[in-house]
Amino acid sequence: MKTRKIFTRILLNLVTILLSLIFVTPMLVIFINSFKSASESNTMSLKLPSKWILDNYFIVAERGKITVSLMNSLLYAVCSAALILILVAMAAFVLSRNRSRLNRFIYYFIILGIAMPVSNVPLMKVMKTLHIINTRPGIILLYAAINIPISLFIVFGFVGSIPKDIDEAAILDGCTPMQLFTNIILHMLKPALVTIFVLNVMGVWNDFTMPLYYLDRSDKWPMTLAVYNFFGMYERQYNLVSADIVLTMCPVLLIFILGQKYIVGGISAGAVKG
Amino acid sequence: MNLNKRYPSYMAAGAFVLFAVLVFFPGILGIFYSFTNWNSYSSDIRFVGMKNYAKAFSNTEGYTGYIINTLLFTLFTTLLKTILGILLALLFNGTWVRGNHVHRMIIFSPQVMSYLIVGLVFKSLLNPSHGFVNVFLKWCGLGFLAQSWLSKPGLAFASVVLVDTWKGVGYIMMVVLAGLQVISTSYYEAASMDGASFWQQTRYITMPLLAPVLINVTVLNLTYGFRVFDIIYSLTHGGPGHATEVLNTAVYAEFAKGNYAMGTALSSILFVFVMSISYFLLKAMDVKEEADENA
Repeated sequence: MKTRKIFTRILLNLVTILLSLIFVTPMLVIFINSFKSASESNTMSLKLPSKWILDNYFIVAERGKITVSLMNSLLYAVCSAALILILVAMAAFVLSRNRSRLNRFIYYFIILGIAMPVSNVPLMKVMKTLHIINTRPGIILLYAAINIPISLFIVFGFVGSIPKDIDEAAILDGCTPMQLFTNIILHMLKPALVTIFVLNVMGVWNDFTMPLYYLDRSDKWPMTLAVYNFFGMYERQYNLVSADIVLTMCPVLLIFILGQKYIVGGISAGAVKG
Repeated sequence: MNLNKRYPSYMAAGAFVLFAVLVFFPGILGIFYSFTNWNSYSSDIRFVGMKNYAKAFSNTEGYTGYIINTLLFTLFTTLLKTILGILLALLFNGTWVRGNHVHRMIIFSPQVMSYLIVGLVFKSLLNPSHGFVNVFLKWCGLGFLAQSWLSKPGLAFASVVLVDTWKGVGYIMMVVLAGLQVISTSYYEAASMDGASFWQQTRYITMPLLAPVLINVTVLNLTYGFRVFDIIYSLTHGGPGHATEVLNTAVYAEFAKGNYAMGTALSSILFVFVMSISYFLLKAMDVKEEADENA
């Protein structure tokens, strides 16, 4: 019995290590190849480069217009996540506290959007009519709109856990509804708001579809579209392509490492409670 | 002070208007346009009845194939991610594995990458002559297994499904793990005192208590599968031929060609799929919850 247990334990550990290798290897290959010369990277392998070439990164930064696209990605991600944060915090607060018929309708109407596929072709028409197609504000508003439903769902659940007595006390002390919200509720919602902010920044950073449909000029492209385009031009030069991929991934990996707690907590909370 | 005054509804207006104008309204508009001949060549838009839908469901132009591909992609990725996700979660929920947390994070990490990037990474890795996978197989002496992974029709489809599973399974694992952690340990203590094996405990305690989480996971996987675009667009562009073409890549192709009405018809089919699936599954969950509450 005891030997069998030890045997199972060893086997499970081996399986896990193998699994982790399957998940790590692709990124490792890309990382190693991003430092190789063009001829060395011609066949992709885990062999370390004979000479580590940092130049690939400078070439990519220049030809791939990394700075412009990095600034664009940052702008779109941060602005839309901030916009969502403000709109959703206010909406979740009143919709959760006052469950009138109208408010219940508004809540379910927006929540419907969690599963709803975006209808891209008519959206183009709408954005054209509003004169926001191919503009930076347009793409920011669009990202905000698309990500409102799931964010509202997460924050709405959280508002319910804040005791109503607090509102009572604040109003008695002479707070207006707006003051109650900005001075008190907003602070208490902080954990949920950090979660949706981080999730939205990552979601927008990683998105590829919206700029593909709605941004036609390369100086407005975010990193995803820029790297896609770069890949098309330099498909055979794995060292450059790999360097570009590494550069694009660095910011998200950084956010992931810093915000791990919120990311894992946020996505699982939604699915387990929902 | 009454509730409407203390919690004024106008505070919800921003979120409501933005969502209504840029997500809901285009969806409805799309259904309307799907019955017309809207395109980029002429400015006059005429009503054509069910013509676009007839085209989508008669197999003259291949659209039916895209619908079937979408369904197959959704079915396979949902099954793979759910089954592997549960197994991984069970593995990491116990104390068998050393460095549990590190392994967990490694398997979860593709989740934070963009689908596009994952697509490009694997497009390089799967290149038949220079890519890592074939180079590695040859190095192991398994050269006969080397394939042109993304350019043989059936194989390309399998590759796309597997890459997508690689990317998404960590997320499902984390969700299931969160679900496992809220199950009280007292059930398991009682069961092991009665001599129940690990698999018996899993079958009779874990799975039934995990049911609501699994329904959620299924909704997530199905709605993702139907809407898939990025990973297929970056890996194969829907090719070779149209072997991996799905509804959303076809919508983009119609959009690029200027066949707007056909694009909206395909979008609307997707809309009906996704909304009905989520409706039925969530309904099923509601019924179950009510039954639990009454019990």
